[in-house]
Amino acid sequence: MNSRVFHPKSYLREGFTLRSWLTTRDHKRIALLYMISITAFFFLGGAAATLIRIELATPAGDFVTDETYSKLFTLHGVVMVWFFLIPSIPATLGNFIVPLMIGARDLAFPRLNLASWYLFMLGGVVTLYAVFVGGIDTGWTFYTPFSTMYSNSHVVLAVTGVFIAGFSSILTGLNFIVSIHRMRAPGLTWYRLPLFLWSLYATSVILVLATPVLAITLLLVALDRFAEIGIFDPSRGGDPILFQHLFWFYSHPAVYIMVLPGMGVVSELVACFSRKEVFGYHFVAWSAIAIAGVGFFVWGHHMFVSGQSPFAGLVFSFMSFIVAVPSAIKVFNWTATLHKGWISYDAPMLYALGFIGLFTIGGLTGLFLACLAYDVYVTDTYFVVAHFHYIMVGGTVTAYFGGLHYWWPKITGRMYPEYWARGAAILIFFGFNMTFFPQFILGIEGMPRRYHVYPPEFQVWHVLSSAGASILAIAYALPLFYLTWSLFFGKRAPDNPWRTTGLEWQTPSPPPKHNFERTPVVKRKPYDFTVKGKARAQNA
Amino acid sequence: MPDTRLAEQFVDLRQQHDVAELGIWVFLATEVLFFGGLILAYCVYRSIQPAGFAEAAHHTKIVIGAANTAILMTSSFLVAWAVTITKLGEARFAGLLLWAAALLGLVFIGLKGLEYTLEYREHLLPGLGFDYPGQHAIAAHLFFSFYLVATGLHAVHVAIGIAVLAVIGRRARQAAYSGACHAPMTVAGLYWHFVDLVWVFLFALIYLPGRSG
Repeated sequence: MNSRVFHPKSYLREGFTLRSWLTTRDHKRIALLYMISITAFFFLGGAAATLIRIELATPAGDFVTDETYSKLFTLHGVVMVWFFLIPSIPATLGNFIVPLMIGARDLAFPRLNLASWYLFMLGGVVTLYAVFVGGIDTGWTFYTPFSTMYSNSHVVLAVTGVFIAGFSSILTGLNFIVSIHRMRAPGLTWYRLPLFLWSLYATSVILVLATPVLAITLLLVALDRFAEIGIFDPSRGGDPILFQHLFWFYSHPAVYIMVLPGMGVVSELVACFSRKEVFGYHFVAWSAIAIAGVGFFVWGHHMFVSGQSPFAGLVFSFMSFIVAVPSAIKVFNWTATLHKGWISYDAPMLYALGFIGLFTIGGLTGLFLACLAYDVYVTDTYFVVAHFHYIMVGGTVTAYFGGLHYWWPKITGRMYPEYWARGAAILIFFGFNMTFFPQFILGIEGMPRRYHVYPPEFQVWHVLSSAGASILAIAYALPLFYLTWSLFFGKRAPDNPWRTTGLEWQTPSPPPKHNFERTPVVKRKPYDFTVKGKARAQNA
Repeated sequence: MPDTRLAEQFVDLRQQHDVAELGIWVFLATEVLFFGGLILAYCVYRSIQPAGFAEAAHHTKIVIGAANTAILMTSSFLVAWAVTITKLGEARFAGLLLWAAALLGLVFIGLKGLEYTLEYREHLLPGLGFDYPGQHAIAAHLFFSFYLVATGLHAVHVAIGIAVLAVIGRRARQAAYSGACHAPMTVAGLYWHFVDLVWVFLFALIYLPGRSG
C-alpha cells in the first residue's frame, strides 16, 4: 500500500495565484483560509487579553479608563468565542480531515463550504468595524436591557457581525452532517468511524440546531435597539430574562461546540501515541452524542441568580450534573487507554495529556457551579472566569494545538521541529495554570469579574496571574514562528509519520486535490495496533 | 463518458441526489429553530397577557390573511404537482407549474404589502408611529412587534422562494430535469413547502386569537 508508483500533484500545487485560493472549492484549501483567518483573530483577542492583564497588575485603574476596560473584555470575549473558538477545530482541522477520514473526494457541498468562509470573513469585518469606530461595552453576552437601552456603544453593528458569522457555522455543520451520513467510503460503517468524526458529528448537530436561536435572538436585540420594537424592553412589556433564556439556549451548547471537537482530537492522539485502541470505543462515541443532547437542557445554570423559579433552578442543576457523566466517561476512557499503552511523548501527545489534566480541573469546577447554593456564592466572580477558561483555553485551545501538530505533516508535507514543539507544549501547560489557577482563589475570595479596580489584598493573585499570562503569551507565539519556519525548512514528511491507522494517512502528504487515487475500501475498525509495533490501516 | 450533471465529489447521481435531499432537510431543521425562537417569545408573552393579545389580534386583517393562506396552499400544491410529474418525465409542464407557484408567491407579497399599508394607516406598526388607545396598549405593542418581525422574516423567505422557483422553473422548461435527475427541484420544493408551513403556524398565531367565540 505504501509503495506508490508515482507522486500525484499535491493540492498546494494546483495553482499559485491568490485567485486560485480565493475561488477554491477544495476543502483542504478552505481549511487553510480558515486557519489563517482564525490565527489573526486569535492574536487580536490575545492582544486585548494582554491589555486586560496589564491593567489588572495593580489595584488602581491606572492603565485604561473604565469605559476602555469594558470595551477590552468585550472585544476579547466576542473575538475569542465567535471568531476563534467556535470555528477553531471544526472549520480548520475538521474541514481538512473529515473528507480524508471518510475516504471522500471532498465535502458534500464544496461551494457552501467556500461561502461559509466568506460569511465568516464578512461577519468578522463588520465586528472589527464596530470595534474600530468605537467598540462595544456590553460584554460578549450582550445582556438586555443594557445592550438594548443603555449602552452607547456600537451594539447593532457588533450583533450584525456575529449574526452573519453564525450562518457560516450553520453551513459548516450542515456540510459535516451530510458528508458523514452520505459520503463515507465503502465499508466505513458508523462503528468504524474514527472518534474525531463522532465528535464532529455531535458538534455539527449543535451548530445546526443552536446557532439559529442565537441568530433570531441577536436580530431581536438589534431591532429592539434600532426600531424600538420592545421585545426585551420592560417599559414596553418585554422581558429581559427572556433574552437570557434564548441567549444561553445557544451559548451553553456553544460551549460543547467548542470542547467536543477538542475531545475528538484527544481521542485520536491518545490512541495513536499509546499504540492502543481507545478503551470503550462505543462509550466514547456515544458520550459525544449524549453531551450534545443533554447539553441542550442545561442552559438555566447560567441564570441561577436571574430570578427564575426555584423549580427551574433545581431541574437545571440536576441536568448540569447529568451532563458531567458522559464527560467523565471520556476522561476515564482516555486514561484507561493509556494504561499499559506503549506511550511516546511526541508534542501532540504532550498537548493531549495537558488537555486531559486541564479539562478535568475545568470539568470538576463545573460541578461546583452546577450546585445551586455554591453557584449563588461565586456567580460573576473570577471562579467562573477561571472555570470556563480551563474548559475553553486549557481544553479547546490545547487540543487545537495538539491536532495542529499531529496533522501538520499531512497538511503541509513538512515535519515541525519536535523539540521546539515539546517546549511550547510544556510552556503552555505551566503558563496556563499559572494564569488561571490563581483566578479560582480570587473568585472564592470574592473578586468580581469585569472590574478593573480592586482591593489591594487581591493584588498578589492578580500579579501571579498576569505573570503567568506573559509566559502563556510567549508560549502561544512560539508555534507561529517554528511552524512557519517548518513550511520552508522542515523535514519532508512521509505519508504516515505517526504509523497510525486512519484513512487520512493512507494518501500522500500533502494529499492530491482529489485526496485518493482510488476510493479506499475500509476493512476494519480504527486504532488497530494489535500486532505489536505495527499499525494496520483501516483499508489494509 | 463522464456525466456532466455529476459533481466531482460524488460517486454517482444517486449519491448526489441523496446528499441534496438530506442537505435541505438539515437546513430546514435550522430554520425550524430560527422561527422557533421567535414563536417561543410570542408564546411567553401571550401566556402572560392573553386578553391583550386576543384584543390586538382583532385588529389584524383576517380576510387578507385567510386569502394569503389559501394562495400559499395552492402554490404548494402546484409545486408538489410539478415535482411528481417531473419524476414521471414531464419536466416541461412542471416548469409552467413552478412559474405559476412563483406568481402566486408574488400575489402573496402584494397582499402582504397592502395589509402593512392598512395597518400603518391605523398606527398599528411598532417603530412606525404606533399608537394604540386603551388598557391593552402594552400587550398590543408586543403583539404587533411579533407580527411585524415574524411576517417580515417570512416575507423574506417567500421572496427568496419566488426567485428559486423562477430559476428552477426555467431550468425545467429547458428540460434540465428528468425522472433520474431532479434533485434541485425536489430541494426547491421542500423549501417552498416549509415556507408555506411556517405561514400556517403564523396564521394561527396572528389572526385567530380571540376570534373563536
